[in-house]
Amino acid sequence: MNLEALRGKLSYQGLLLGGSALLTSGALAMAAYITSADIEAAAAEDLKQSLAQVLPSQYDNDLLSDSVTLPGPGGEVTVYRGRRAGRVEAVVFQVAGPGYAGPIACIMGVDRDGRVLGVRVLRHKETPGLGDKIEPAKADWIHSFERRFLGDPPADQWAVKKDGGVFDQFTGATITPRGVVKAVKGGLEFFEHERGRLLDEVKS
Amino acid sequence: MSYARIARDGLWGNNVVFAQMLALCPTLAVTSSATNGLGMGLATTAVLTASNVLISSIRHLVSAEVRIPVYIAFIATLVTLVDMGLNAWVHELYKVLGLFIALIVVNCAILGRAEAFASKNGMAASAVDGLMMGLGFTAALVVIGGVRELLGSGTLFANAHLLLGPAFAFLETTVIPQYKGYLLMILPPGGFLAVGFLLAGKRLIDKKLAERETVAAVPQATAG
Repeated sequence: MNLEALRGKLSYQGLLLGGSALLTSGALAMAAYITSADIEAAAAEDLKQSLAQVLPSQYDNDLLSDSVTLPGPGGEVTVYRGRRAGRVEAVVFQVAGPGYAGPIACIMGVDRDGRVLGVRVLRHKETPGLGDKIEPAKADWIHSFERRFLGDPPADQWAVKKDGGVFDQFTGATITPRGVVKAVKGGLEFFEHERGRLLDEVKS
Repeated sequence: MSYARIARDGLWGNNVVFAQMLALCPTLAVTSSATNGLGMGLATTAVLTASNVLISSIRHLVSAEVRIPVYIAFIATLVTLVDMGLNAWVHELYKVLGLFIALIVVNCAILGRAEAFASKNGMAASAVDGLMMGLGFTAALVVIGGVRELLGSGTLFANAHLLLGPAFAFLETTVIPQYKGYLLMILPPGGFLAVGFLLAGKRLIDKKLAERETVAAVPQATAG
């Protein structure tokens, strides 16, 4: 049949729109089906990598399958535990602090004595060139938490220097590091508070 | 239309940013550094070329009345497929480009080329148009990003290795050492300023070129 004449018909418009919608949503559904396993594997690999960054030493269990979920400062917190010979040596969990442009999500590792093993920023929307110095690729600042605990520095000095604390702020960006310091401090307080359950020494 | 003409239109005469004034939203959003501009530009080039070929291949089937929703559905699907594919199979690249891929959906230049070119021309010409428009867009973003990065933080192509791999670390240069930084250029107003001044610059060059052409054309006209 003549395509030109067919295109003018009203029913053709409807069929064309319907056909396009069917075709595109079919393609998307198929692609989602094909890629979902790989995307999940990639996300798990990402999580494993970020866990490894804040947990420097080796553990003999699979961290991803040894987790406990507890009520924390900002809702439920999933804590992954690293064990050696069955004893919990370190825990990893996510914390969030208020940034300049939305929450800053961090992941932090804490050893069984309450010392910070490492902190990494997972997601943030801070100003490029100013607030993004919290990323280890841009500056060393995030390493300044390592080996610290509540007591070194004392609780009231867990703040940026401008607020009377010990942590550096950035030129032109104080709110960003303040948010990260607050998040890490909150994480340590959460650890102290839930210590027994986190270390699997009190049955919950 | 000759391929040379298509190329000249895409790269300069009808440049997405500096002539059509399209795609300003992603342009202003990502050009805080030359590297970001390059990443956004390359991702857009790939999607634009693919979408032009796709639209051109279905141009006889689509009737004029419903072409816009059909084009939108196909372009959005294409972008989503690219997004999912990169996430699943080239995850390292996705972590760098992921932000840009999602932003391509809001890039009206893609629909603009589908409407203005691909719906009226063959697949080969549409592919070349998409490629050239994309490269012109990339060049514009790199220049805007370069200007903002240079004035804002005194560097050029900072963190290029995150986008292109460690082999391209040589691109990273600190042009002004010990530079204190000029925050305004990195923040959104800097984007408007840079685009505005670069646009004025391009208009000046075009004016000069046009004047030279008329001067050169006059003797020919009298001779003919």
